Amino acid sequence: MATAPQADIDAPISDRAKTHAETMVIRFAGDSGDGMQLTGGQFTLSTALAGEDFATFPDFPAEIRAPQGTTFGVSAFQINFGANGIETAGDEPDVLVAMNPAALKVNVGDLRPGGLVIIDSGEFSARNLAKAGYASNPLEDGSLAKWQVMAFDISRQTLEAVKPFGLGNKEALRCKNMWTLGLALWMFDRSRAPLIDWLKGKFSKNPLLAEANAAALNAGHAYGETAELDGPLKQFAVDATEAAPGFYRTVTGGESLALGLVAGAKLANLPMFFGSYPITPASPILHALARLKEFGVTTFQAEDEIAAICSAIGASYAGQLGVTSSSGPGIALKGEAMGLAIITELPLVIVNSQRGGPSTGLPTKTEQSDLYQAVYGRNGDAPLVVLATRSPSDCFEVAIEACRIAVQFMTPVMVLTDGYIANAAEPWRVPDMAAFAPFPVRFHTDVPTSGHINPYARDPETLSRIWIKPGTPGLTHRIGGIEKGVKTGNINYEAANHQEMTDIRRTKVANVARAIPFQTVDQGPERGRLAVVGWGSTYGPIRKAVQRARAKGADVAHIHIRHIWPLPTNLGDLLRGYDKVIVPEMNTGQLKTVLRDQYLVDAQPLSKVSGQPFKIAEIEAAIETALG
Amino acid sequence: MNAPARITVPADWATDQEVRWCPGCGDYAILKAVQRTMPEIGTPPEKTVFVSGIGCSSRFPYYMETYGFHTIHGRAPAVATGVKLANPELDVWIITGDGDGLSIGGNHMFHLLRRNLDVQVLLFNNEIYGLTKGQYSPTSRVGTRSPSTPFGSVDRPASPCSFALGAGARFIARTVDTAQKAMPDILKRAHAHKGTSFVEIFQNCIVYNDAVFDAFTDKKAAPDHQLHCVHGQPLLFAGGTKGLAFDAATMTVSVVDLVEGETAVVMVHDETNRIMAQLLIDMPFGPFPMALGVIWCSPAPTFDAAVVEQNSVVAAGKPADLDALLRKGQSWEIASKDFHAV
Ligand SMILES: Cc1ncc(C[n+]2csc(CCOP(=O)(O)OP(=O)(O)O)c2C)c(N)n1
Ligand code: SF4
Ligand SMILES: [Mg+2]
Repeated sequence: MATAPQADIDAPISDRAKTHAETMVIRFAGDSGDGMQLTGGQFTLSTALAGEDFATFPDFPAEIRAPQGTTFGVSAFQINFGANGIETAGDEPDVLVAMNPAALKVNVGDLRPGGLVIIDSGEFSARNLAKAGYASNPLEDGSLAKWQVMAFDISRQTLEAVKPFGLGNKEALRCKNMWTLGLALWMFDRSRAPLIDWLKGKFSKNPLLAEANAAALNAGHAYGETAELDGPLKQFAVDATEAAPGFYRTVTGGESLALGLVAGAKLANLPMFFGSYPITPASPILHALARLKEFGVTTFQAEDEIAAICSAIGASYAGQLGVTSSSGPGIALKGEAMGLAIITELPLVIVNSQRGGPSTGLPTKTEQSDLYQAVYGRNGDAPLVVLATRSPSDCFEVAIEACRIAVQFMTPVMVLTDGYIANAAEPWRVPDMAAFAPFPVRFHTDVPTSGHINPYARDPETLSRIWIKPGTPGLTHRIGGIEKGVKTGNINYEAANHQEMTDIRRTKVANVARAIPFQTVDQGPERGRLAVVGWGSTYGPIRKAVQRARAKGADVAHIHIRHIWPLPTNLGDLLRGYDKVIVPEMNTGQLKTVLRDQYLVDAQPLSKVSGQPFKIAEIEAAIETALG
Repeated sequence: MNAPARITVPADWATDQEVRWCPGCGDYAILKAVQRTMPEIGTPPEKTVFVSGIGCSSRFPYYMETYGFHTIHGRAPAVATGVKLANPELDVWIITGDGDGLSIGGNHMFHLLRRNLDVQVLLFNNEIYGLTKGQYSPTSRVGTRSPSTPFGSVDRPASPCSFALGAGARFIARTVDTAQKAMPDILKRAHAHKGTSFVEIFQNCIVYNDAVFDAFTDKKAAPDHQLHCVHGQPLLFAGGTKGLAFDAATMTVSVVDLVEGETAVVMVHDETNRIMAQLLIDMPFGPFPMALGVIWCSPAPTFDAAVVEQNSVVAAGKPADLDALLRKGQSWEIASKDFHAV
């Protein structure tokens, strides 16, 4: 945790003029070895401490150690911060920090025209330019004329700053990211104290490195302080947010989902069994849960995704809350076992952190193209419940909701999140656990007075079958993937029985709709000319785009769906109240198909599958076109 | 938990379900032996779970009046892992076939054995895919004619016990479906062993692969071609007239004829000796007898115990305070107007 700002190194803001901005987008880009994710993470902390709202977008290469200086080894971290209502990591950066030619090449095209690019000219050697594929030096050939360029030798400045500590050249250059962070702190008038404290903690075993990094940070800050007043480098005053009072933390989607699962299991009063096999971008959930043994969590790194889900099913059968997590390719492998959980009617939570597909696709890039797989992707009539998270902090509530539905309806529930949400961070007003109604599980223990227990005996209301823990005397029974008799639970191949069981499974899942909230309109009228309907991580850009369009007088509403299957009971009527419906999705139109199928509405797709989230402007343009 | 063990009889372990194997199938005999042995093992039915995959053999749980889970093809080890980790007090038995356990589920079987989860595996080896109507399997011998290999199979078979040993199994036994006297003892040993107990049962598929094991299971052939391994006893067969001898110089075994009961040259079975187990498993049938009984037993720490242990050691002294957990990490507080970091 950061400490309160100390007065001494946070002298009053200099009196030079600052450029005022409501929000700002800054992107730090460098080689994967340059520590850009760390820089971004610490800048995020300082943003939070400055009382500003934010959203971040870490974008890292698929290769772990890509050759230095190459374009495919570029790692970037973008943060959008400022006044209330930041919903996305920002369409275009206002400021780009490029630590080498490759980082410049990959990122500068995204920079807003007139935006500021800060460049480490020390890295612009002929060799590095060639590695990045530059035929001529962009610092000299006029190709950066659209932007304000501040190029100076950050490498040399850093070496100077850390000279007193006698580090080797390589180690000394490693402090470059702190120098850059120091400069960024100056630009946005941020306190250095919490970061100095953080450095002390991080390098507690090596105080020399802590001091060297702090010196680099201070030097970067001092550089800003003494830079030419009329140069492009200037200070910005970015508006702070007026957030609701409360306790806040930064949270990524991966963290929030893991916490939500722990909370869900606790509300169900069950230990959790988490079976998983590593895959990007799902692994952070496994990593987070592996540390939480004191919360009754058992994590099992299985030999593959099939074993992961099967072990979770085994754990649910034995009376724990089975959870499994993966990304598209792994979810595909789990398909057959999902069918087993469906026919044996065991609770199970399946988390899909979606990434670009098909096949290995774009492992580190985001996409929402597994909706068909979630809703339809199994053999047989195999319905399960599908929920979608819309932001990092939203993952917490969605995970709890998934656990609740799984145990109350004895059904697998799939949670769709995505690579963007998994890695992005945002401020989260931490809820009080007391605010969540518990849903404790009651295992069946009553022994029938005569005959055998029917494990498929059901609650007449929810159609949920009884859950019997092996070990319970008098209730031995067998379940399995072969169709079972409605009244006995024994193998049954009769035609009428299969019809009835299929209908029960379908109705049970359909009835979940009665146990979920009505669909609300996030923004705008409940009837009108246009509804923009979204799900998942398109929430931020849709919300902003609709806000902007409405500010210009457009008749447009935003509807964002959390319960993908079954859909809320009022959704059809709601959609029919608009002349037009557009559905922005990071796929080729999957929710659109479901909405058309379910409601016969003329939903129109707005599709993007570039591996990058939607820009607000893209959705705004679509709204304008739709409204003609 | 410590209630006096309830006395059961074999009939208590049979369900009211009609057994649906082909008449004369070796699975019947195995079922009978298991139902006969369970009362002697003494675990109550409700603490016993049978987990199976898919195949004729995997129908087994439906006939056992215990908890049972007939899962999907090849995945019983994975499901059983979840069951056992979720409740280590349960007695878990895995029923699988040569196709289920070594073909589609070979990967899971490997990891189950290397982890040494405390369960019993009964692999019904009939050297054929029974349920899907007789295709050859990964244990079928070269030249096996089946619907999918009308001209004879050409790929070399796997040896289940050799696979198990290589995977790191700590208990390996072998028996025959009809061995009603030997099998209960083997099942009891398998149950008593802490860790994954791997038991290969030669099972006759009367419909699709009849008599493939006759060379050593046939009543007349058995004495000369079955070697019953008993820990501490010389490795003798053919009514004590033949034995296995080890030649240290070439590190090989050979069959020796015993003159006047002189057994000095015969190896004494040591079930804790991995090299001996390897020799017994790998010696080719024909020139050598088929080794049966407990071939290898050398307990090692189990996976479930290690998981439980680590869970409790790591959790010890840490309060499960969820509200505090949610508040960890980079955090700050906003009190109506101002904020301060915490
Ligand atoms: C995913 C999947 N693939 C294929 C099958 C078809 N199938 C069922 S059992 C079986 C082979 C069973 O052979 P084995 O395990 O030796 O069992 P046996 O019937 O011989 O006892 C196959 C291929 C299936 N049920 N599931
Ligand atoms: S097909 Fe073979 S293994 Fe299957 S039940 Fe019939 S005899 Fe037994
Ligand atoms: Mg078979």
